[in-house]
Amino acid sequence: MKALRAARMERCIGCHSCSLACSRQVHKFLSWNKAGIRIASAGGLSTGFEAKLCLACHPAPCADVCPTGAMAQRKDGGVMQKKNLCIRCGKCAEACPVDAIFLDHQVNPYVCIHCGRCVDFCPHDCLEMVDLPKKEKEGGE
Amino acid sequence: MIRDFFRVMMVNLTTGKTNIIERPGRSEYLGGTGLAARLYEEFGLMDEDWDHPDQPVIFAIGPLTGYFPLMSKTCCAFRSPYHNQYTESYAGGKSALSLRFADLDALVVVGKAPRLTALCVGSRRVETRDVEYMRGFDAIHTGRVLRKIFPGSGRRSIMRIGPAGENLSSYACINVDTFRHFGRMGGGTAMGVKNLKAICILGDRGFELPQTKEYPKLYKHIFEQLTTTEMMSKYHGLGTAVNINPLNELKSLPWKNLQQTTSPEASNISGETFADHTLLRNAACAGCPVGCIHVGFVREQFQANNQYLYRQVGYDYEPIFSCGGMLEITDAAQVLRVLDVIEKEGLDCMSAGVALAWATEAFEKGVISEKETQVTLKWGDAETYMEAVELLSRPPNDFYRLLAQGALKCAEHYGGEDYACVLGQEMAGYATGEVFFVSEGLGFRHSHLDSGGYAYDQKHEDKDVKKALDFLVEDGRGRIVLNCMVGCLFSRGVYKDDLLAEAMESVGYGGLNGKMDEIGERVQKLRWRLRIGMGYNPLAVKIPKRYTEITTWKGPIDTEYLEALRTGYAARIMEMGAPLEDEE
Repeated sequence: MKALRAARMERCIGCHSCSLACSRQVHKFLSWNKAGIRIASAGGLSTGFEAKLCLACHPAPCADVCPTGAMAQRKDGGVMQKKNLCIRCGKCAEACPVDAIFLDHQVNPYVCIHCGRCVDFCPHDCLEMVDLPKKEKEGGE
Repeated sequence: MIRDFFRVMMVNLTTGKTNIIERPGRSEYLGGTGLAARLYEEFGLMDEDWDHPDQPVIFAIGPLTGYFPLMSKTCCAFRSPYHNQYTESYAGGKSALSLRFADLDALVVVGKAPRLTALCVGSRRVETRDVEYMRGFDAIHTGRVLRKIFPGSGRRSIMRIGPAGENLSSYACINVDTFRHFGRMGGGTAMGVKNLKAICILGDRGFELPQTKEYPKLYKHIFEQLTTTEMMSKYHGLGTAVNINPLNELKSLPWKNLQQTTSPEASNISGETFADHTLLRNAACAGCPVGCIHVGFVREQFQANNQYLYRQVGYDYEPIFSCGGMLEITDAAQVLRVLDVIEKEGLDCMSAGVALAWATEAFEKGVISEKETQVTLKWGDAETYMEAVELLSRPPNDFYRLLAQGALKCAEHYGGEDYACVLGQEMAGYATGEVFFVSEGLGFRHSHLDSGGYAYDQKHEDKDVKKALDFLVEDGRGRIVLNCMVGCLFSRGVYKDDLLAEAMESVGYGGLNGKMDEIGERVQKLRWRLRIGMGYNPLAVKIPKRYTEITTWKGPIDTEYLEALRTGYAARIMEMGAPLEDEE
């Protein structure tokens, strides 16, 4: 199973092409917020850019607190999202330790599903898809 | 989604009231420069001066802003403190996408705040803050403080002015997101006179996209053209600073207040030298994968025992020409140090550099003395120029007060008009020949960007007046269409009329195919009509004597050809800007 990593953010020029690509292709929106990856300048443009995106935790705290199963654990890390099950309680965003889930004004959560469709739109190769290590089953088998 | 009307936020700083208004006209004006002119026609005061509190400052984006790459700029329109007529300037940064995501086609600010104020707008927010404590803060410091007091970190635009705007210099700029500017014609002062220190625009909303197959396909096609072909490599690589060496070879590089058009020292401040020795990194406007913003660094020892500081300074061709060659500063790091002070003070770097170049020559010739300048202006002396920039921004005497209104205004008072390098405004960096001098001298924006006059000079040795004038009018019209879209002019090789129409069609606003030229012409006429209505007389524009004294690759300037172009272009402008009733 693969996950998206913002591996080379020191190359980022702040064009937002990745988040616009996610928003456009995955969510059918035009936005730099309603996206699984969000780019932010950290304290002005002279300090460079950071990417806010899901780090593919396992167990994922957002899935743990989701009361309806809208955020479900992916096998090796990260989550799958079933929008039709979401009651928009916003608990997932609260639980995320790295602010990777964006809530719009209607409390719709936007999170990276590690599809990798943003990667081709980064002009500086900041992003990559990597293989996640397989999780051992509980009990250490 | 693109609407067939414009959604405009009107903020009145006198009353503190805000209105959202809707106006028709997408098919007639598209947006951007067309929308700004249309809004000025409605809300501007034709019979009042630039500093009347009710004169609007307008920020407008285009229909495709954010929907396609490089549709990433904002048009700022206002009555200019430089010549008291309608004008406009363009900037990118995050301003355009922030306006798009705030669901505004334009933001119009009228009125005057009683005290220094910062304005914050978004899709669900309008807020003003008293920031009187920021009076005198430089543009960089202002940005730092504003980041703390308004929300939206990372995906908002912060536009602010420095001391030059507060002190009403005629060429104070608006700094946009640190590295971009509404540079020319005094937008910073148009804000300053309203007591408006800064505007923060929150891009806090998203829009549904049309579920057509065409849109993602076309987006990908355009994105690939811009990122995988050679088309944009110049802007991405060395940036426009690449022009220094070729223009120097062509004897078209203004040098030492245009006393020369070439110098053996030019290679010390070439794009290649900047890239090799000072380039720190590239940056981009939001929504543009090209990354043409070149950020250089300077490192200074401020104390003994290896105590250093560093600064990041944006550079490009025009800043290098105006604060490098024109002042004969031939060390890249020293050019950046001067630019850094200009940046902080919030002046247009082209005007500031060219004005100081005039002052240096006037000083040398004894027209002015240290009594006026307070410092000993000397070619190549970056330290002194840094002091002079601060004096320009915070004028201690009449000399600097006048110089901050323009080199020609100062020369009219003290003498030395012949060598004030002013073509409408302090010149851009192309001493390419007659067509460019007339193009900029009589141009609408007084940058080099109205039309490609500089490129025409470099490609044509013939002196066909009609052909050159046709080029100026038609190339200008083509650029106006892209300026209605507020696409970056660097992309003009990609976004031709047909592609623009196809792009509009793909996002559900078709029907403009074949009409782009018509829209360009309508807006071209409207803009000139506004200028002329505010007293502009292109026939009265003079080309200073210095321009007739130079030699380019084509040889000495042909004064007859220059004069024929000047009067011919003036007549064309008068035709384009004729009052409406004459057209009907």
